[in-house]
Formats: sequence, structure tokens, C-alpha cells
Amino acid sequence: MVAQNIAFGIIAAITVAAAIGMVSTRNIVHAALFLVAVLGGLAANYVLLTAEFIATTQVLVYIGAVMVLFLFGIMLTRAPIGRIPRMTGATWPVAALSALALGGVTVYALVDRFGTDSLATDSRVFRTADVSDSVFSQYIIPFEAVSVLLLAALIGAVVLARRD
Amino acid sequence: MSGAAELAGLLGLAYWAETSIKLGVALIVIPTAALLLGYLFLLKMMAFMQSRLGPQDVGPYGTLQLIADAVKFLQKEDIHPATADRRVFRAAPVVVLASSFLLFVVLPTGPDAVVENLDTGIFYAMAVSSLSVLGVLMAGWASANKYALLGGLRAAGQLIAYELPLILAVMGVVIQADSLNLQEIVRAQAEGEIFGFGLIGNPFILTQFIGFLIFMISAQAELTQTPFDMPVAETELVGGFHVEYTGFRFLLFFMAEVATAFAFSALATVMFLGGWWIPGFDFDAPALNVLGPVVMLIKILVVAFIIFWIRFTYPRLREDQLQKFAWKVLIPLSLANIVVTGIFKVVV
Repeated sequence: MVAQNIAFGIIAAITVAAAIGMVSTRNIVHAALFLVAVLGGLAANYVLLTAEFIATTQVLVYIGAVMVLFLFGIMLTRAPIGRIPRMTGATWPVAALSALALGGVTVYALVDRFGTDSLATDSRVFRTADVSDSVFSQYIIPFEAVSVLLLAALIGAVVLARRD
Repeated sequence: MSGAAELAGLLGLAYWAETSIKLGVALIVIPTAALLLGYLFLLKMMAFMQSRLGPQDVGPYGTLQLIADAVKFLQKEDIHPATADRRVFRAAPVVVLASSFLLFVVLPTGPDAVVENLDTGIFYAMAVSSLSVLGVLMAGWASANKYALLGGLRAAGQLIAYELPLILAVMGVVIQADSLNLQEIVRAQAEGEIFGFGLIGNPFILTQFIGFLIFMISAQAELTQTPFDMPVAETELVGGFHVEYTGFRFLLFFMAEVATAFAFSALATVMFLGGWWIPGFDFDAPALNVLGPVVMLIKILVVAFIIFWIRFTYPRLREDQLQKFAWKVLIPLSLANIVVTGIFKVVV
């Protein structure tokens, strides 16, 4: 597992650096591109965890769709090249605090639940068929709840966007 | 994966050696594919369709024209606009080219002749092909040019609209083959039967003809080829998102475009035309590792011929027409295709 540990270190360093770049840059398009790097780093980490399907979905949904829409929206409205003088809002300490709190809760929950558990060294790539089997049997109720939620959000967006 | 690993084991290759051989093959195949399509279709076929001769002077029948062009591009000075965002401007063509390089990773050309036989093959191909939009947007924005930005935005709007029918068209094939894996899709076609007649297998173009049409139309739009070339419409936008690019950075865009056309033709071949399998052979006959790539290449050239044929024949759609066509015609049609395929899957 040494190779995986080294790879994790490199990927994690890039991801964290990109995350810091994202919140500290003075250009809104650069911030969006840093976010692409963060999401790509997460996808790479999923590959290390042998979750090939999740990694592919991460790339398709977040980088290929969500971030493209972000960039599309930013460029369609106002995206000057160069530094924007007032990129940092007055409420940034509150944002930092809540990010710290959320990070703390997540880390505590993960350590508390999994502790020093490690991935089996001979673990193979999870088959996509197994993933879909468990989604459509064991986790069917959360899955359906999420689809109804997304549908509601979709209808809400259409209602808000219509003027008549 | 296991087949290639076994082969590597037989030859006594370590993992790194196997990987570097695959990398070398990929580095040779991708520019060659781009050169081949560029020469055959962009230069010669377009010339003949327009009653010209095309390149004549460089090499026999002008075959070395593109290599001469590439050398010319490499000699040019690497310039960028004074107000451009330099780092993003430089990174953009690399992102676009990386997207088409990643597509080649999963393309199978024989039972063991594949770089990486991913379990999620076709899903992976769709995911990495969507990355090129990022590069296009980066190029359009970083050029500090209104025409380039408009071209980039048009390209992004078009790629978002046509990616949906592209993925939905693939779903029909996935349902019928029971797998996302490209090798399993080839196997399902090789072992299929047409009403009990199994000699030529069951190429999915027969059962998924609507899916094939939607896939080809969407691929045409994803490649921003005419009739879907609003993003690079030279009469309105000078040249679209790559208007400020010159020298080898423009060459990267050009290579990515043609190489992606090659990769999409290969995906269509694998999903709808039976892939590398030859009727009469066993599915995993070792001979197919040699004959498969040849069969693939012939089928790819046929599909690419159709793509470029349409490109040189049809006039350009208006922006609102091409958006309407995607959302009001292709997406409902592909959803209906999925429903019908699903019903047949359950009933038959």
C-alpha cells in the first residue's frame, strides 16, 4: 500500500492547495477553475479507494456539468480579466468558522466510526453492478427520497424562472 | 484487464513496463489518427467534393502536406494578446487535448488489445469527453476578445444541450448489452442472434437504429462540425474560441478536434457496428488481437466518412434552431427509445 499512500499524499496536497487558492484568489474565473482542480482531486482520491464508478460520476456530474454551468453563468454576466478589488465579503470570518465547524464534525464522525480500519490490501475495483444492486435494494428509500427532492427543486426552478 | 495482464505475464513484463508500452502506443496512435482523418477527409475528400485537387506537391498525392503544416506551426512564434490571462490562455488547449487523449484509453481493438478495460467503459468515455467544454470556455474567456468569448459561450451552450441526447442514446445500447463495459458490449453483439441466425452476430445498429442516429447527430454537435458549427462560424465570429491562438497551441486544438472525431467514430463502431469482432471467429480468438485493429480501422473510417460527408454538405443551423432541435426533438426521442428498449428487454 506504499504506492497508494504516496499517491494520496500528492493528490491531497494538490487538492488542499487548490482549495486555498479558490478562496484566496482575486479573480472569479480563477476561483471557479481552482474549484475544478479540487473536484478533480476528489475524483482521483475515489479512484485510490477503488470506487471507479463514483470517480467517473464525480467527473461527469461535477466537472463536466456543474462547473461548466458555473463558468457559463459567470462568463455570461460579468467576468473581467485581472484582479477584482473587492472579492472578499465582510462576512468571511463567519464563513471560515462554519467551514471549520463542519470540517470538525465530519472528521470526528469519520474517526469515531472507522477509527483505524484500513482497506483490505487485495481489494479489487468495486464492480458497478454491485453498486447499482445495493442502490436499488438496500438503499432504495433514500434513493427515491433524493429523486423526489431533485424533482421538487427542478419544478421550483422552472416556476421561479417563468415570469407569467 | 485480465487478458492484457496475462499477456504481459507471458512476456515477463513488469507493471511499469506494460504501462510504458501502452503509453508509447497511445502517443503514436493519437497523432497518426488525427493525421489520417485530416489528410483523407479534411484535405482530399473536401477537395474532390468541391471539384478541386487538394494538396499535390508535398509527397505522393500530397500525403505529407499535414506533416509540412505541423512543422510550419511548430516554427511559429508563441504569441498571446497583451490583455489576455496568460496562464489560463496557455492551459486551455492542453485541457482540450487531454480530454481526447483520455477517450482513447478505453477504446477496445481486440480481445486483449485495449489500454485499460474499465468496468465503466462507456460511462467513463462520456465523462472525459465532457471535459473538453472546460478547455473551450477557458480559451474563450482568457483570450480577452469578444468574438472568442461569444464563441466559447456558444460552444458551451451547444455541448451542454447535445451531451444529454448523446448519453441517453448510449443508454439504449447499455440496456440491451447488460453492461457499461465496452468489451462486454462487443461480446453481446458477437454472441447475439438475429431471429436465430447467429452468423454475423447482432450489430446493435439493427435494433438500436434510432439510438445510432441520435448518437451520430449529437456527436456531430459535440465535435462542432457543420451543421452544428455556430461556435466557430467564421462569418459572424471570425473563428470562434480559438481566434487568438496561433502556432503550436492552435495545432493542439486542431489535433484534439480531429482526434476526438476519430474517437467518437470508434465509440460508434464499438456500440453499433459490432466493434472489432469478425464473423466466424471465436470471441476471444488470439488472431483477433491482430485482425481486430484492422477491422476497427476500416469501420472507423466508414463512420468518419459519414461525419465529414455531412460536414461538407449541409448549411449551418441558426443558434435557436440547434438549441430547439436538441431539447425538443432529440431528448424526447432518446427518452422514448430508452422506454421502448426497456420494454423489449423485459418482455423478450
